[in-house]
Amino acid sequence: MTLLPFTDPGSGTEDPTILVLANDADPLQAALDGVKRVDLHFPKFTDGRAFSQAFLLRRRRDFQGEIRATGDVLADQLAQMERSGFDVAVLRADQDMAVAKRVLASYPGYGAGCYQGDAVHVTPHFFAVG
Amino acid sequence: MYQYTEFDRQFVKARAGQYRDQLSRWQAGQLSEDEFRPLRLQNGWYVQRYAPMLRVAVPYGELSSAQLRVLAKIAREYDQPNAALLDEAQARQDQLGPVHLKNGLSVSSKLTTGYAHFTTRQNVQYNWIPLDKSADVMDLLASVSMHGIQTSGNCIRNITSDERAGIAVDEIADPRPFGEILRQWSTLHPEFAFLPRKFKIAINGAKEDRAATAWHDVGLYLIRNAEGELGFKVLVGGGMGRTPIIGTVIREFLPWAQIMNFIEAIVRVYNRYGRRDNIYKARIKILVKAEGQRYIDDVEAEYRQIVEHDGAPHTITQAELDRVTASFVPPALRCDRKSADAKIANILRAAAQDDIEFGRWLKQNVAPHQNPDLRAVTLSFKRLGQAPGDATADQLDVAADLADRFSAGEVRVTHDQNLLLPWVRCDELPELWRAARKAGFAKPNIRLLTDMIACPGGDFCSLANARSIPIAEAITARYQDMDELHDLGEIDLHISGCINSCGHHHSGHIGILGVDKDGLEWYQVSLGGSDGSTLSGAPVPGKVVGPSFSAAELPEVIEAVLDAYRSERQAGETFIATLRRVGIDPFKAAANSARFAAATV
Repeated sequence: MTLLPFTDPGSGTEDPTILVLANDADPLQAALDGVKRVDLHFPKFTDGRAFSQAFLLRRRRDFQGEIRATGDVLADQLAQMERSGFDVAVLRADQDMAVAKRVLASYPGYGAGCYQGDAVHVTPHFFAVG
Repeated sequence: MYQYTEFDRQFVKARAGQYRDQLSRWQAGQLSEDEFRPLRLQNGWYVQRYAPMLRVAVPYGELSSAQLRVLAKIAREYDQPNAALLDEAQARQDQLGPVHLKNGLSVSSKLTTGYAHFTTRQNVQYNWIPLDKSADVMDLLASVSMHGIQTSGNCIRNITSDERAGIAVDEIADPRPFGEILRQWSTLHPEFAFLPRKFKIAINGAKEDRAATAWHDVGLYLIRNAEGELGFKVLVGGGMGRTPIIGTVIREFLPWAQIMNFIEAIVRVYNRYGRRDNIYKARIKILVKAEGQRYIDDVEAEYRQIVEHDGAPHTITQAELDRVTASFVPPALRCDRKSADAKIANILRAAAQDDIEFGRWLKQNVAPHQNPDLRAVTLSFKRLGQAPGDATADQLDVAADLADRFSAGEVRVTHDQNLLLPWVRCDELPELWRAARKAGFAKPNIRLLTDMIACPGGDFCSLANARSIPIAEAITARYQDMDELHDLGEIDLHISGCINSCGHHHSGHIGILGVDKDGLEWYQVSLGGSDGSTLSGAPVPGKVVGPSFSAAELPEVIEAVLDAYRSERQAGETFIATLRRVGIDPFKAAANSARFAAATV
């Protein structure tokens, strides 16, 4: 997962290849033709809707472009984002890049392995061992 | 019991390490309070009225004696606040005043330390562990494959089940392998860690529902269809709290292999559409109630997509079910089949006739078993002087010893806040009874009035409106006569200190709910609730009896209601059966007649 430092998005979203999806929008209905990047939004880090949106874009819509996490993006949720289908995260302004990288790398599911399948590794752990 | 693999063990250790890092970043000021809170909650760490509370996960209630001993060690060494904090807490509780009893005595809050508490969701809680020692405790838990993963927070919580899973005589199929498979699936699920609200699953595999299944966000009943195939009846949207609702059947029959795929659909639709604007309307029950058939249609559509488009990646294979089931084979017991049933029966009959208390213990605390040589024995943690479900460090060690001596090293935490020994040889019952009595665990009151459910309430919990423990103590003190208690028969008395309903007051035959009125403790009484067990009947919330009562009135109200039962009952009729037959009115009248003059609010 690529981590980016905070940048003010300003009004630079007129690029037609970038789709900005509100976190209550239905990703199954989104028009993805010509879209290379979808920005999903966490209004608060405890609002988990964008995890399901990312999963549906990746797995249900088979979207191959970039899925970017924006908003209240904190170090401790990066691994969840990555597993749900995000491949880029723009850190909240106060987040320390070095800490974020270390926290992401030390996620228990990456060291030991994950029980369940996700948007990236589709099958659960028991398929690998059983 | 499920045997943790190397993978499971490494996972729990890695999780403990992750928590230690999060704690130290919070201590260093790198994580704000708001950012740390959900992280500690999802490891079981609350901050309560006076101190942190730790909730340890006990998947489907099963514990080994080795795990019990570590829980004892944690109670002994870590459930210890500094003296100043304890003094301050006790002084503040003293200000709430005593609960006066009719006999002139009174019950006050007596805060104690160095103990664990069994919860209605089969977990174990501590009340005094300082947060700066929390990471050490997580390491200690991890040493016996335990943790607090997802015991709090807006995520899928520990999965509960029947305390007699795998041993019940009325069992259709053992729910534990499915409980374990779902535990693994839900553990650190990346998509479902920040749901609108908490999410509780219960699985029942027997004809009788001993898991209050219909009261859960998802309730699963193992059943066989007309073809004899195993599957689940799936309920969704049950729950207590401020809006008590019984779950809606969303699937009459789902093949067992599909259960993870189906629950994924249930939770995904909830994650997307559950309300996040109002904490009191955020549980899935509100979504199911508001959307009705549309929610069910959405789940079925999502499930079809998971199967047809995603390829149903979480279909349980026979190999995986077999692998997990192999952990739950009954222990090899050295029961000599030559010690014929008749001989054992004779010993037990003679002993029971000889000692009425032993006879009562056999009746209340001992349950039949799939293996006719064995019995399930409940150790009672409901007695005067300790809060319901509390166990000191020494008591936990003794329970571990009893488990080793009499039950293949295994205990179950019950939904009613006791411990159950699942593998007791019937020829060892007299010996176990003597040992349990010596330890103070042999009170023959299981399913009787004093086997009440109570949450920690206003002595510990920051959410509570009123105290539960002194009320439980007052009622327990009043009903110490075992003849009277057995004459009253089986009654579910459930006490919650606030509307969050941790004490399951909605499902009690008699329910008590703490409410706050102008900063004072008051109690609402409800009657006729059911958890869904055979005794209690179809699950239903109780009906509230008029305005709330003062703490002093409450023991009188309970007594009046029980007196009404004694005068209305027919021979052999239980409290709940009488209440259903004659209706709530005579009980309501009795309760209201116990009000003190001018004390009503």
